[in-house]
Amino acid sequence: MSKKVRIPTPLRKLTNNEELVEINAANIGDAITELQARFPGIAERLIDEKGEVRRFVNVYVNEEDIRFLQNRATPLKDGDEISIIPAIAGG
Amino acid sequence: MSEKHQGYMKALKCRECGREYPLEATHVCEFDFGPLEVAYDYDRIKKSLTREIIASRPKTMWRYRELLPIAGEPTVGPLVGFTPLVKADRLAKALGIRELYVKNDAVNYPTLSFKDRVVSVALSRAKELGFKTVACASTGNLANSVAANAASAGLKSYVFIPSDLEQGKILNSLIYGSNVIAIKGHYDEVNRLCAEIAGKFGWAFVNVNMRPYYAEGSKSMAYEIAEQLGWRAPDHTIAPMASGSLLTKIHKGYQELVKVGLIADTQPKVYGAQATGCSPISTAQKAGLDFFKPVKPDTIAKSLAIGTPADGFYALKVMRETNAAADDVTDDEIRDAIKLLAETEGIFAETAGGVTVGVAKKLIASGKIPKDSSAVICVTGNGLKTLDAVDGYCGKPREIKPSLREFEALLAHEEKVNA
Repeated sequence: MSKKVRIPTPLRKLTNNEELVEINAANIGDAITELQARFPGIAERLIDEKGEVRRFVNVYVNEEDIRFLQNRATPLKDGDEISIIPAIAGG
Repeated sequence: MSEKHQGYMKALKCRECGREYPLEATHVCEFDFGPLEVAYDYDRIKKSLTREIIASRPKTMWRYRELLPIAGEPTVGPLVGFTPLVKADRLAKALGIRELYVKNDAVNYPTLSFKDRVVSVALSRAKELGFKTVACASTGNLANSVAANAASAGLKSYVFIPSDLEQGKILNSLIYGSNVIAIKGHYDEVNRLCAEIAGKFGWAFVNVNMRPYYAEGSKSMAYEIAEQLGWRAPDHTIAPMASGSLLTKIHKGYQELVKVGLIADTQPKVYGAQATGCSPISTAQKAGLDFFKPVKPDTIAKSLAIGTPADGFYALKVMRETNAAADDVTDDEIRDAIKLLAETEGIFAETAGGVTVGVAKKLIASGKIPKDSSAVICVTGNGLKTLDAVDGYCGKPREIKPSLREFEALLAHEEKVNA
């Protein structure tokens, strides 16, 4: 079994409208590299010039924010679900 | 779109890279995920919006409608806003500051919080864009406002809330016939789910795809404060921070009034207030950082319990650039401040109001807000919605029989105790 990435609406133009993409990467950093290989241009949307996840991008592994895990080094195991979500406003 | 259909709006613009987008229901830049913001034609606004024209209009937030992001007339919440600016002399004395006001959105119409401002803008714009169903992710007040305003506008609504909300806030959404969905998780999790739902069903999510319009409604608080002070900005404004959006929009509101020539530029400062149990922005501000670390909220101020504040970066930037500051208060300090505001000014604020008053007290005591200055405290919600938070902390009624003798005995006893 592989891992699944949920692609947010603003990025679906790059994934030919694919909403759920399967990947094999072992951590979040590699997952972004793998996505970039398949959907060129996607990495620069997620990563800034310093190589960090952009400040308005929230990445979750099984509903947990990677900033509470190990950021880009957060390990992935089979069956994990990754969500990429733009930060949204208060309520 | 013709100019006529855009009102005074020009485009949506990414706050990070400046790329422009059409004035649709979209909130994120496709290139860097930066938030989109409405850009206006300020030259045209300057020509058409004068103090006289504003004074001739009804006392609602829509008297400044050229500065709000709708194309035509407001169709939802036409009576929202223009809440009292209370000269708070007794509270000023208690906090030790020369001049103090409370902007009292606890009595905003119709749902007793500042959220009616943002919701009337978002829903008016949603109707312009043809939506029939509206929704939101909420810590309570927003849900109440979306439910009520959608009901009166004949729109279908879905509101998503954390399941541990105050009972009052839950009932205050259900009563309007809204579809209330309680999520087993904290607000940040509700938010994440809603971001995923919003992309799927084509609804107007007021704080997701309608966010650029929604957030602008908060500016009206600044316009009102300035007008109510006789067209000037106060030296200091203290606002609660959840996502940080309100603080940035109050600042923007003052700046816009300067830009269109309605007030002089006195470089007003806007200070941020958080609860210690959820203080990612104030912690970063105090440490001199320009970024924050997300937290897991644990505070009675549930309406401010956002651990991953979307506008945290911008709130920090505004405070840094205007040389303002932030602070935070504990749950006990929040309750004390709610009582202080009630006992000095007769205003019963919800927990977020306790946070703002408590932080104002700290900022004045520490000298960050000078004692010889004027300040406005923004109270954004009503205490009747968070009764649980103060239950057991404000005493109990003394019970007697309907007998004059018993009452006299009670008074005599109290006089002895208080002597």
